[in-house]
Amino acid sequence: MQISAPALLDDPASSLSIAPSLRRRSRQWLRALSPLALLALWQIGCSSGLISSRTLAAPSQVIASFMELTADGALQHHLLVSLSRVAKGMSIALALGGGLALLSGLSRTGEYVIDAPMQMLRTLPVLALIPFFIIWFGIGEVPKVALVAMAAVFPIYLTLYSGIRGVDPKLVELAKVIGLSRGALIRHVILPGALPTALVGVRYSLGISWLILVAAEQVNATSGIGYLMNDARDFMRIDILVVGLLIYAFLGLVVDILVRWLERRLLAWRPSFVNAAA
Amino acid sequence: MKNRMVNVRGVSRLFGKTLALDNVNLGIESGEFVALLGRSGSGKSTLLRSLAGLDTPSAGIVQVPNERMVVFQEPRLLPWKTAIQNVELGLRGNRATELARSALAEVGLEHRLHAYPATLSGGEAQRAALARALVRDPKLLLLDEPFAALDALTRMRMHALIESLWKRHHLSVLLITHDVDEAILLADRALVIDRGRIIASIIIDLPRPRELSQPGFLFLRKQLLGAIGVTDTQLPKSTAADSQPTPESTVLPRSIAMA
Repeated sequence: MQISAPALLDDPASSLSIAPSLRRRSRQWLRALSPLALLALWQIGCSSGLISSRTLAAPSQVIASFMELTADGALQHHLLVSLSRVAKGMSIALALGGGLALLSGLSRTGEYVIDAPMQMLRTLPVLALIPFFIIWFGIGEVPKVALVAMAAVFPIYLTLYSGIRGVDPKLVELAKVIGLSRGALIRHVILPGALPTALVGVRYSLGISWLILVAAEQVNATSGIGYLMNDARDFMRIDILVVGLLIYAFLGLVVDILVRWLERRLLAWRPSFVNAAA
Repeated sequence: MKNRMVNVRGVSRLFGKTLALDNVNLGIESGEFVALLGRSGSGKSTLLRSLAGLDTPSAGIVQVPNERMVVFQEPRLLPWKTAIQNVELGLRGNRATELARSALAEVGLEHRLHAYPATLSGGEAQRAALARALVRDPKLLLLDEPFAALDALTRMRMHALIESLWKRHHLSVLLITHDVDEAILLADRALVIDRGRIIASIIIDLPRPRELSQPGFLFLRKQLLGAIGVTDTQLPKSTAADSQPTPESTVLPRSIAMA
């Protein structure tokens, strides 16, 4: 729904309306072209020996290693292990962060008790906690999942809390007028009102949890993508390191798509989505 | 006085040092349509809010039926619920959906039952808000400038709708407005509030349906404008009461001159 000023004028400028769409299409081509060109340069550089194989593996070699790793099921195994750690950590973070945000968002007492320590804890660099987590939880699965949970809990807490506090007081007043109970007020007014903000937190948490996992899996792990990469580093397998990086990039994309899909489903009422559907 | 719906006696409301309501007395009979006129900050919204139970007066007695509903200037529909979900929210019993549907049909929205508020026009949203109030079967309907944000044509339709709903449901209505014509078109009685005091009460006994060209309309308008403190010479033809020069409008010419 854009109204361009030239189109409203009755002059030969109407041909202008074609030009931008052509320009946009050619620009889209350029967008796809430049990464492909970079890839080609990379390959040429490696094949000609300009880039040493100790610096960076050639794309062709990365693909070969990827095939090799998937053929014997190693990659799938490590990926599944990592996925399950993220899933466990995120579940804990969602339950804990969501619960704490509800308590401090919905009651003044809860805010006094919970908010200050949460604000203090969130400034700690999680990676600096790795030694503590190893001392407390040993070297098994627990510290890895706990680190993910620890890092992911804060964005969820902060966004849900501020989402709850940001709900339109006029809607809360309306709920009072039509006599909603406190439970119904929370369910029908406050939580849906806080959801758009809280989903931003979920998205952020998912991103962070992968980041933390890479670090966590490089300490005393025997499986997972982080372990795979750590192992590859020890054996100077630069090709496998690149595979690992690509997996992370791919997972980032998948997570983004997942959350966008969630937003479209849960926030179908938002003007931006409603207008897009119409 | 046996059918008195609203009884307000000696109500005052202090906000800090400002007296928003100053010893207000107000009675509304069953089935009576009362308009409350006043400028911004005159205390009219504070009075409505105390009748709605949204504000507690500093002194005085407010007697209102429990079956009361408010329609605000903004529709205040929950954006994440469709029109019909908004109307049935908080209703109990298994006929809730059915009741909500017929309430929406009554305000002429049967074709927009499952529309989200973002897709409703201003008039449609305000009609959905009306349906949400009506479905709860109120005895007293409190309207807080519900047409102020609508365009003139939509406002005229809403006037007709309100009048027919008022008759059909035997409602007592308190309509807050700053539009003198709106008050004369709809109300049995118009009250003027100024600095927290009700300073005039004018019976409007024109036959219904009313229109601006009706004999007696202009006389009532002059009377009401006089009570508000606006004389005809201050007004361009047929405008609302609130056309006192505001700080913005006195500043405006200067800024234009500078540009």
